[in-house]
Amino acid sequence: MSVVYQKSRGLTDVSTHYCPGCTHGIIHKLVAECLVELDILEKSIGVAPVGCAVLAYDYFNCDMQEAAHGRAPAVGTGIKRVQPDKFVFTYQGDGDLASIGSNEIVQVAHRGEKISTIFVNNAIYGMTGGQMAPTTLIGQKTTTCQDGRKEELAGKPIKISEMLATIDGAKYIARVSVDSPAHIRQAKKAIMRAFQTQLEGKGFSLVEVISSCPTNWGKSPVEALNWLRDNMIPYYPLGVYKDWEAE
Amino acid sequence: MTKKLMKGNEVIGEAAINGGCRYFFGYPITPQNEVPEYLSKRLPEVGGMFVQAESEIAAINMVYGAAGSGARAMTSSSSPGIALKQEGISYIAGAMLPCVIVNMVRGGPGLGGIQPSQCDYFQATRGGGNGDYRLIVYAPNNLQETADIMSEAFETSDYYRVPVMILGDGMIGQMMEPVEITPPKKKRNLPAKDWATTGTDGKRKPNIINSLYLNPAQLEEHNLKLEKIYEDIKANEVRYEAYNVEDADVVCVAYGTTSRIVKSAIMECEEEGLKVGLIRPITLWPYPDEAFDKIKKDCKGLLCVEMSLGQMIDDVKIAANGRWKSYFYGRTGGMIPEPEDIKNEIKKIIRGEK
Repeated sequence: MSVVYQKSRGLTDVSTHYCPGCTHGIIHKLVAECLVELDILEKSIGVAPVGCAVLAYDYFNCDMQEAAHGRAPAVGTGIKRVQPDKFVFTYQGDGDLASIGSNEIVQVAHRGEKISTIFVNNAIYGMTGGQMAPTTLIGQKTTTCQDGRKEELAGKPIKISEMLATIDGAKYIARVSVDSPAHIRQAKKAIMRAFQTQLEGKGFSLVEVISSCPTNWGKSPVEALNWLRDNMIPYYPLGVYKDWEAE
Repeated sequence: MTKKLMKGNEVIGEAAINGGCRYFFGYPITPQNEVPEYLSKRLPEVGGMFVQAESEIAAINMVYGAAGSGARAMTSSSSPGIALKQEGISYIAGAMLPCVIVNMVRGGPGLGGIQPSQCDYFQATRGGGNGDYRLIVYAPNNLQETADIMSEAFETSDYYRVPVMILGDGMIGQMMEPVEITPPKKKRNLPAKDWATTGTDGKRKPNIINSLYLNPAQLEEHNLKLEKIYEDIKANEVRYEAYNVEDADVVCVAYGTTSRIVKSAIMECEEEGLKVGLIRPITLWPYPDEAFDKIKKDCKGLLCVEMSLGQMIDDVKIAANGRWKSYFYGRTGGMIPEPEDIKNEIKKIIRGEK
């Protein structure tokens, strides 16, 4: 009997703690597959965030560092400067990257640091139980905006990919989703491209992955993906925002 | 090598390179700017790397990443900047990463001032960040000692996997003295950094640099492991200078720049026939409790002198453990104690007027 599909060896052989229907699992899988297919798993050092993916260091089958909340790009900078020939990636959520770590992500792009970031945007703080994030949509209910986010109180959701694409040192910026097989294939292509950007020494790269949080959105996994398609993708358009080769 | 006239902050930089440091991550703040300035030029000359970070917070987290990669890395700053680094320092301590942090202390609280101060003693010795952890804290009082301590600091930190802090002040950073920078004297047997994240190369299981333990039993176990290292440090790394302690009617206790002023006051007292001693802690943690055991039973009192409103005095009282009365004299905000004022305090203790 031949094996037609198996778990990527880029992932460790443990069960994850992610909630049913959460898309972190798909994103982990894509990242792991790219590391293996580019043959860089053995020279990779990943940086885990604080947030739902805090335990990512147990899931990726490569060397890992666990960073303080929002500081993964700074930690990644330290790693890459010491080991310029290694592959360095950070894996961060929207509270981590777009709120407490917004300075670190802007400056890592500004320096053109040769690292890659996977930015998982699910429009909410997941691990702490569903508080409002900078990416929470207008009208979206969370535990800290129980009547829905209001623009006059909290502003409009921040668009990280669009913002980072304006920075010269950012060489590849794309926004993808993993809500359908077609989108998953596109997401993997974008992650491959981001990783190649680093491998070719071009500069900073980031892939924003629009993600669902059935638990804290109060929806079933299917309802959550539908809500993502109907609400998140219209506000956060998918696409490549920056590509060094196109320039 | 012959002695060279150097500025304190530059001594820090050159001695760091001498001690094997190749990575510096920092952010500008007075009065320590000559440290990053010097290293920005010197590190590339020795195959190292200088990065000006976007903030003190980022700088210390870059140190985390670099130290976790097995490199000898450092950062320097001054009081408000060190306050910003505390989160990172706590994570570094928790993840057992070696590194060196320099604090050229200035007056506080808040933005405070830019003149020399010792108001960060609590922050340095009591754990400025969260959690059960310690730093090895050195407080040199002259530039040759600064050079020697700085040269050895990376080796010490590597040996224990505990971050080292050099606590200077604006005076140490800004003054010039003749200095000879020689290879570190104390050579330790350092194990390979087999815990560093350098890529598995397909030859070993992944290494993880981490301070998160969700299971309280595991966190307690980890903290007890740290505590055991701290006990080792207490047993082996205490440093101090004792001057005429055994016979003294008053023993002064002072560190860093202040200890030099106190020494002047003591010399003047001696000319007047008074018996005054000095304990100068060189390590602020671990604290040299043992130095106090040599003080005679009927000593009239201890005088702790600081450029603060009284922080090390707590450790003086702990070391004295009720055996002698402890008194305090200090100036704050960047003001410096005068020998004359210290002399008056000493005399008051001798006359029983304190």
